[in-house]
Amino acid sequence: MNLLNTILLTASISLMYSAPLIFTALGGVITQRAGVDNIGLEGMMAFGACGAAILCHFSGSPWIGLVVGALFGATLALLHAFVAVTAKGSQIISGIAINFIGLGLGVFLTRFLFDGAAQSNSTINQNLPKVLELIGIDKSKSRLLESSEIDLTVIFAFLFAVLFWFVLYKTKTGLRVRACGEHPGAADTLGINVTRIRYICTILSGVMAGLGGAVTALTISYRFTPTVISGQGFIALAAVIFGNWKPIGATLACLLFGFAQALTVVMAGIPWLPTQILAMLPYALTLLILVIFVERSTPPKALGQPYFKGQA
Amino acid sequence: MRHFLIRALKKPFTAVLVAILIGFLVGAVTLAVGGYDPGRGYGLLVTGIFSSTRRTMQVLVNAVPIIMTGLAVSFAVRTGMFNIGADGQFILGQVTGAVIGYYVPLPPILHPIFILLCAFAIGGLYAAFAAFLKNRFGIHEVISTIMLNWIAYYFMNFVVNMKSVKVPGSQHSPEILDTAKITFFSREFRTTAEGEALIARQPWLESLIRTDAGYAILVMIAVTLLLWVVLKYTRIGFELRAVGYNYYAAEFAAMPVKRNALLSMFISGGTAALGGAMLVMSTSYFISMLGATEGYGWDGISVALIAGSHPIGCVFAGLLYSGLKLGGTEIQSRMGAPTEIINIMIGVLVLCIAFAPALPRLAERLERKE
Amino acid sequence: MELDKRATGPDSVFAVEMCGISKSFGSLKALDNVDLSVRKGTIHALLGENGAGKSTLMKILYGLYTKDSGEIRIMGQACDIKNPKQAIAQGIGMVHQHFMLVENMTIAENIVLGKEMTRSLGRLDREKMNRTIREFGEQFGLEVDPEDTIMDVSVATQQRVEILKALYRGADILILDEPTAVLTPQEIDNLIVTMQRLVESGKTVIIITHKLKEIMASSEYCTIIRRGKVIDTVRVDQVTEKDLASMMVGREVMLTTDKKEAEPGQIIMEIQDLTVKDNRGIEKVKDLSLHVRRGEILAIAGVDGNGQTELIEAITGLRKSEKGSIIVNGQHIENGHPADTHRSGIRTIHEDRHKRGLVLDFQVGENLILESYKQNRFRGRSRLLSWKKINDYANKQIDRYDIRPSGCALQRAKELSGGNQQKVIVARTVEQEPDLLVACQPTRGLDVGAIEYVRNALVQQRDQGRAVLLISYELDEVMDIADRINVIYNGRIVADLDPAETDEQAIGLLMAGGSQ
Repeated sequence: MNLLNTILLTASISLMYSAPLIFTALGGVITQRAGVDNIGLEGMMAFGACGAAILCHFSGSPWIGLVVGALFGATLALLHAFVAVTAKGSQIISGIAINFIGLGLGVFLTRFLFDGAAQSNSTINQNLPKVLELIGIDKSKSRLLESSEIDLTVIFAFLFAVLFWFVLYKTKTGLRVRACGEHPGAADTLGINVTRIRYICTILSGVMAGLGGAVTALTISYRFTPTVISGQGFIALAAVIFGNWKPIGATLACLLFGFAQALTVVMAGIPWLPTQILAMLPYALTLLILVIFVERSTPPKALGQPYFKGQA
Repeated sequence: MRHFLIRALKKPFTAVLVAILIGFLVGAVTLAVGGYDPGRGYGLLVTGIFSSTRRTMQVLVNAVPIIMTGLAVSFAVRTGMFNIGADGQFILGQVTGAVIGYYVPLPPILHPIFILLCAFAIGGLYAAFAAFLKNRFGIHEVISTIMLNWIAYYFMNFVVNMKSVKVPGSQHSPEILDTAKITFFSREFRTTAEGEALIARQPWLESLIRTDAGYAILVMIAVTLLLWVVLKYTRIGFELRAVGYNYYAAEFAAMPVKRNALLSMFISGGTAALGGAMLVMSTSYFISMLGATEGYGWDGISVALIAGSHPIGCVFAGLLYSGLKLGGTEIQSRMGAPTEIINIMIGVLVLCIAFAPALPRLAERLERKE
Repeated sequence: MELDKRATGPDSVFAVEMCGISKSFGSLKALDNVDLSVRKGTIHALLGENGAGKSTLMKILYGLYTKDSGEIRIMGQACDIKNPKQAIAQGIGMVHQHFMLVENMTIAENIVLGKEMTRSLGRLDREKMNRTIREFGEQFGLEVDPEDTIMDVSVATQQRVEILKALYRGADILILDEPTAVLTPQEIDNLIVTMQRLVESGKTVIIITHKLKEIMASSEYCTIIRRGKVIDTVRVDQVTEKDLASMMVGREVMLTTDKKEAEPGQIIMEIQDLTVKDNRGIEKVKDLSLHVRRGEILAIAGVDGNGQTELIEAITGLRKSEKGSIIVNGQHIENGHPADTHRSGIRTIHEDRHKRGLVLDFQVGENLILESYKQNRFRGRSRLLSWKKINDYANKQIDRYDIRPSGCALQRAKELSGGNQQKVIVARTVEQEPDLLVACQPTRGLDVGAIEYVRNALVQQRDQGRAVLLISYELDEVMDIADRINVIYNGRIVADLDPAETDEQAIGLLMAGGSQ
C-alpha cells in the first residue's frame, strides 16, 4: 500500500511540475518552428507568474489570474517580436533582455502593490479546481485517492499539446508556419506573409509561457516570489530541443523533466542520489541527446535568421 | 543634419548611447508611474555613488566580478563565439576558490596565485568543452553553454551540500584560510582599535579599510590590459579576431579555425572563472547553497554588450553597471522605490542594444532616399 | 537569320511582349532598351553569357525586380508586375536556378503551399492533394510521388516539383532559369520532352540557357542577349550552333595587355582524373585533367556552373574529391586543408571577395597582412605586432597598387569600393610571390583602370617565372592574357588551345558544349 501511495504521489507531483513546463515548451516550439529564436521564455514565465498572482489576489478568481498571466507573457513577446521580425535585430540579446525585464518588472510590481514586499501577499487561497474534486469523488475516503489528485491545469496542458500537434501537422496554417521556419523564401515567393506568421507565433509563445508562469504561481508556489521561476524557462527550452521541436516530443520531455523535479522532492534524504544531480538531469540529458542524435536533431532550417525580402 | 545622422547611425557607439538614454528614460517613466519622483530618484542615484570615497570604492569593488565576466564575454564575441556560459564558468571559479582556499593550505601569495591558475584552467576547459561540442557535433554554443550553466550551478550546490564540506548548522562551505584572502586589510582589522586609529590619521584609507578592496582590483586591471594586448598586439590575437569577424576568410587564409574556436572559449571561460575565484577570495570567503544563480554571468553579458565587446570599455561599462546597482539600493532605502527599477532599466538598455544591427541598415535606407 | 515575321495562325498571339525594358543597378546598366516578344505555344530560348542580362530580364517579368522603364504586355494586355504574386496572377510561373523547396516537407506539401486544399477545421485534405498532383503529373508527363520528401528525391524530380508548383497555380507561361545545369544527359532529354508536352497543351515556355545543343534540340525561337542588349531573335531551325555562338560572344575586345612571349618551364601543378561532387552530391568535376607550367598563364574558359567553383575548392583544400589527384611540386594536396595548399606554394584570389577574400570589419592594413602576419618584419622590439610597421607596409602597398582612397590603411575594408577591395586582395596575394597564383574572376566589378592593373600584375607574375591559373568567365580577358587556354564544359576540360591559333567564336562554341 505504501509503495502504491508513493508511486501515485510521485506521479501526481510529476504532473504538477510538468504542466507549466509543457505550456512554456509548446510556446517555445511554435515560435522556433516559425523561425524565431526565443530564449526569453524564462522572463515571460516570471512576468506571467507575477500577473497571475497579483490579479488572483485582487480579483479573487484564479481564472482571471490565468488569463492575465497569459496576457502579461504576450506583452513581453510582442517586444521580442518587434526586435526579431521588424527590426531584424539580435534575437539572442533580445531574449536575454526579456529575461531581465520580465523578472525585474514582476518584482517591481509586487513591491509596489504589496508595500515593498518582494512577494505577493500570503498564499493564494482561491485555488484552481482539481480533477477528482471536479468529478465528484470524495477523496477523504482513501489516502490513495488523496495522493492521485491533480490540478485541472494538467489536463489543459495535455489538451494544448494535442491541439498544437494537430494544428502544426494537420492543418494548412501549421504547414505555412513550418514553411516559414524552414525556408521563408519559398513561403514568401508563394505569397505567404512571413512577417505576420512570425509575429503571431512569437506572441503566442508569450501567451503560453505566461500561462506556464501563471500555472506555477497558482498551483505550485501559491504566491509570486523572485525565485518562483528559476530555470523552468530554460528547462522548457531544453525540452523543445530534446523533443526535436515537435509538440508531442517536447511534452514527453517535459514529463521526464517534471519527473526528475518530483524525484528531488520525493527522494530527499536518500544519500546515494543527491537532489542536485537529479536537478542537473534535464540539462545534461539534453546535451547528451544533442550529441548522440546529432544527425537526427532537426531544428527548423531558418531558425534565428531574420528574413529579408528578396532573398528569394 | 541628415548626413550627421547617417554617419552617426553607422558607428557602433551610437547604439550604446541611445540604449543608455532610453534606459534612463524608461526608468524615469517607471518611477513616475509608480508615484515616485524621478528627479529625486536619479539624484539619490548620484549621491549613492559619489557621496563618499568609501561608496565610490564600493562601486569599484562590486564592479570587479562583473567586469571579469564582461571581459570573458567580450573576448569571446570578438573572437567569434557567443559565450553565454559565463555564469557557469564564474560559478566553477567560485567553487575552485572555496575548495582550494580551504582544503589546500599553501603559504601566502602562493595560495591565491595557485587558486587563480586552477580557476582559469577549470573555467577554460569548461568553456572549451562547448567549443568542442560545436566543432565536433555542430551544437551551437548558445544552447550548450546555457545547459552547462545550469549544470555548474547544481554542481556548486552539490559540493556545498556534501557532508564533508557543509559547515553544520549553515548552508555554506567553510570560510577559506587567511592565506587565500586577498583584500588589502582584513575584515577584523576594521573594528580593532588599531584600525580605527589608522583611519583617524589617514582618512583616505577608510575607503580601503572599510570595503573589501584588495588585490582583486589589481588583477582585474591586469587581466583587462592583458586581454587587450593579446587581442591587439599578438599574432594569435590577430588570428582569433579574424576568425571572429569572418570565419570563412580566416579559413581561406589557412588559419587554424577549429583550434582557434577552442582557444577563444578557453580564454573566455578562464577569465570568467577568475572572476568567481576572486569574488570568493575577497568578498564572500565561501560558497553557499543558492536558490537561484546570482547572475554574475548574465550581468557580464550586459556589461559586454554595453561596452561593445571592447576590453577597456568593459571596465567603464562595469563601473556604470555597478554604480547603478549600488545607487539603486539607495533609492530603495531612502525613497522606498523598489531596486528592481534598476533591473528594468538594465533590461531595457540591453533590449535597445538588440536593435544595434538595425541601425546601420536604417542609415543605408536614409542614404538611398536622397 | 531573318526573323520570321509572318503572322501564322495560332502563333500570331504573343504570350509575352517586353518593350524597351531598361534596368540599372546603381551605375551598372544591366538591361538597355530590351525588346522581347514570345509567341504563345512556343519554346523560346534566351541565350547569353554570364552577366548578359537574361536572368535579370526574366526576374523583372516575374516581379522579383522592378524595371526602370519599358512596358510589359501579357496576351496583348498591358500590365504592371510588382511582385511574384501579381506575376502568378497573370499566369506566369518561374522555376529558379536555386530551387525554392522546403527540404523536409513532402512533394505535395511543397506544391500546395499557400494554396492548400482543405477540409473542415482547416485540415489539409491530403487525399485530394495527392490525387490532383498525380493527375497533373500524368497530364504533363511529370510523374512524381506526392508523398515523397523533397530531400529524398533526385534533383531532376525536384525540378519537376518546381514545374508542377507553377502549373498548379495555373501558369500558362513558364520561365525556366538554367534548368539543365543540374541534370544528367538523360534527364535533359526528359526535360525537353516535358517542355514539348507543355507546349502541346497550349503553354508557353521561356528557357534561359547558355547551352547551344539544348537550344537546337528544343527551342523554336532564340533571342541572344549580350551585355544588356538584344543582338537578335532568330528561328532556331534556320541557324547553326556556330551562328549562335558567334552572336553570343561577339567580336568586341575590351583591352589588350602588352606582353612578351611566354617561356614556360617545368610543370608546377598537375591535376589528374579529378572528380569532385558538390553539396548536393552531383559530380561537378568529372575526371578532369590539366597541368600548369611555371612561367605561363593558363586560363580556364567556361560558363559559370561547369565545375570551376568545385575545382577551385578542391585545389584550395575546402572540398574533398571523390577520386583523382592534385600534385603541386611533387606533393599531393587533394583532400587536404587550406594550410596544405598554402604550404605547397599556392595562393588564391577567390571569386567571392566578401566571403573568402576579405575580413570586411578589419582595417585595410589588417587585410593586407591576413596571410603574412606571421612574418618577423611586422614585429616590434617587444616581439609583439608593431602596428607602425604594419601600417607603413600597408601604406606602401596602397600606393603601389593604387588603392583608393590613398592612405586608407586604417579604414575598414567594408568602406572601400568593390574595385579597391579587389585591389587589396590582389596586392596581398601577389606580394607573397607564390609559386602558383590561382585567380578566380580577378577583375569582376572593376573599372577599366583597375582591370588593366590586375592583368598587368598577373603577367608580371608569369614574367618572373611563376605560374598563374586564371579562371574567368570573360572571354576577352582570357584572350587577352592567356598563354594557353583550357575550356571547361560539364566538369571536363574539352580543349587545350593556343590563343594565337583560335578565336573567340571557336572558344565560345566549346564553352557552350559545341564541338570543334
